[in-house]
Amino acid sequence: MTRVFVPRDAAALALGADDVARALATHANVVRTGSRGLFWLEPMIEVETPSGRVAYGPVAAADIPGLLAAGLLTGAAHPSRLGRPEDLPFLTRQTRLTFDRCGVVDPLSLEDYRAHGGLTGLERARAIGPAATIETVTKSGLRGRGGAGFPAGIKWKTAADTISDRKFIVCNADEGDSGTYADRMLMEGDPFCLIEGLAIAGFAVGARKGYVYTRSEYPHAIATFDAALKVARASGVLGPDFDIEQRVGAGAYICGEETSLLESLEGRRGQVRAKPPLPAHKGLFGQPTVINNVITLASVPVILRDGAEAYQALGFGRSRGTMPIQLAGNVKYAGLFEAGFGLTLGEIVNDIGGGSLSGRPVRAVQVGGPLGAYFPPALFDTPFDYEAFTVKGGLIGHGGVVVFDDTVDLAHQARFAMEFCAAESCGKCTPCRIGSVRGMETMDKILSGIAVDKNIELIRDLCHTMRFGSLCALGGFIPFPVMSALEHFSEDFHRARLAPAA
Amino acid sequence: MPDLDPSPDAEFEPWNEARGEAIIAARAGEEGATLPILHDLQAVFGFVPREAVPMVAHALNLSRAEVHGVVTFYHEYRHHAPGRHVLRLCRAEACQSLGCEALTDHVRARLNIGWHETTPDHAMTLEPVFCLGLCAIGPAALLDGQPLGRLTPARLEAELEKLS
Repeated sequence: MTRVFVPRDAAALALGADDVARALATHANVVRTGSRGLFWLEPMIEVETPSGRVAYGPVAAADIPGLLAAGLLTGAAHPSRLGRPEDLPFLTRQTRLTFDRCGVVDPLSLEDYRAHGGLTGLERARAIGPAATIETVTKSGLRGRGGAGFPAGIKWKTAADTISDRKFIVCNADEGDSGTYADRMLMEGDPFCLIEGLAIAGFAVGARKGYVYTRSEYPHAIATFDAALKVARASGVLGPDFDIEQRVGAGAYICGEETSLLESLEGRRGQVRAKPPLPAHKGLFGQPTVINNVITLASVPVILRDGAEAYQALGFGRSRGTMPIQLAGNVKYAGLFEAGFGLTLGEIVNDIGGGSLSGRPVRAVQVGGPLGAYFPPALFDTPFDYEAFTVKGGLIGHGGVVVFDDTVDLAHQARFAMEFCAAESCGKCTPCRIGSVRGMETMDKILSGIAVDKNIELIRDLCHTMRFGSLCALGGFIPFPVMSALEHFSEDFHRARLAPAA
Repeated sequence: MPDLDPSPDAEFEPWNEARGEAIIAARAGEEGATLPILHDLQAVFGFVPREAVPMVAHALNLSRAEVHGVVTFYHEYRHHAPGRHVLRLCRAEACQSLGCEALTDHVRARLNIGWHETTPDHAMTLEPVFCLGLCAIGPAALLDGQPLGRLTPARLEAELEKLS
């Protein structure tokens, strides 16, 4: 029977992919894959033909009889026929390295993984040895994709050089930033890539155990990754030399902060630890620990496979290689766009994203999750690069880009930032624990039109205290959305309010 | 792996000390076992029963205060059994940009309950969630663990109708 590829990514499931697969089951050999990340076309199905795959989308289960009658299984013409997926402009403009296989392969088929270049990075690492492996990662310029942008190779070398008979690799899969879904997509669509990255890291620093800490809000990623671990163990990819255990979070945003995550893995409240000691010296259970984000680790296999130079050649400034940009929210072409650093924010939002989904003018873009700044179109010339965003009072974080149209109220968003910080603060340091609550109360006064100028001054002062007095990035960066809203959209803070806010 | 969301019409077990003891003992030897044990308890009983807290403390050589601290720190652990269905609605920024606030207002009015509350007939528990990773297809939700996207009040009504 003809093979038809139907995604099982959670976003495709949310749009009815399981019903589509059921409707096709008696007519074709249905292979479930991850998503290519073109979410306005999901569920997007692909038919295997002698001349390659042919995509159709978006497809509903009710469309299947008509599609079959039109000759779906031979790749025949139909209004929802998209042609070869590789030729879709959204994909041809990308440089897919980390996400090369996502949406293409059966995520639980190790044969598929090998056939698409999988495990060659691990083989290469074993051939060149631990020191050269770390050297390759350092030379590639890979920086932590979780948001902090710390050079991965330096972190690895620090852990490798620390003497201990027990070391750990910890993967941060607590992808809590709104607007980000790259970790989820990769774990659902190409979990062996993450396993290979962890195995390379373990080999390089001399760790025999890896932990993947996945947020509980991702039940499908958890299930797929656990299934992939079983396959990897059965085939000997994981074993006595290096094994991985997945642990599940419990709904605390702060556990995406690396030291909170370690506390949580050790079985405690996810409260931030003061640094030093660095986790690379004294991390999980007091042992030297490399803690990297999913995308950082999943980028390592291709770096080992193709060499540091090939990866280093891509990018902009000190941001080397590719970044999976995640277009989200009120944007026409919402999806995952992996490209070298350096695209401008305007190119990302307007050229690639196609502007707002609602068709109304884009008014604000929040980059980097709840701790990221709100940028107006006047800043659309900012290149997507760690340093360039810092200069403009923002951050790229984990690469989420959330688009808002002109119905957004930025004073309301600033209040939400404080509310979120108050709900998610770990409580360890005063600026974050108390400041967020006072910030929320002060924003309520501003929203109610009470002593607006005086309270705006108070917010500025409070943000300064939180920025420089907080122990970690939660309290330290929540001023970014608040201050950017105030700086670029101050009219929203002075708008006469008809009724007091709740 | 814990079952994080009950399947439709999940029947949780009533608290049973021997059953609780067995769940705790199964993982007590693991390093950093607190969260995995609490997940397992919640998967079976629907929440973390008060009676289990001193038992976990004893098994892991922790104080009751430490275990109580963990149970109350994490939003996910429930202190009461949920309704037969659990609706987790995303309230984060990407879903806000697509109007999730109007949707959540509608749902709360329709069910006549607030966040973390259960309807009097025990049919539905409403929980907020900050991001499901479905930010490209918001507003998003998990209904009994099933992802839903591009929700409107009407679409969500239709999904809730299917349950009854």
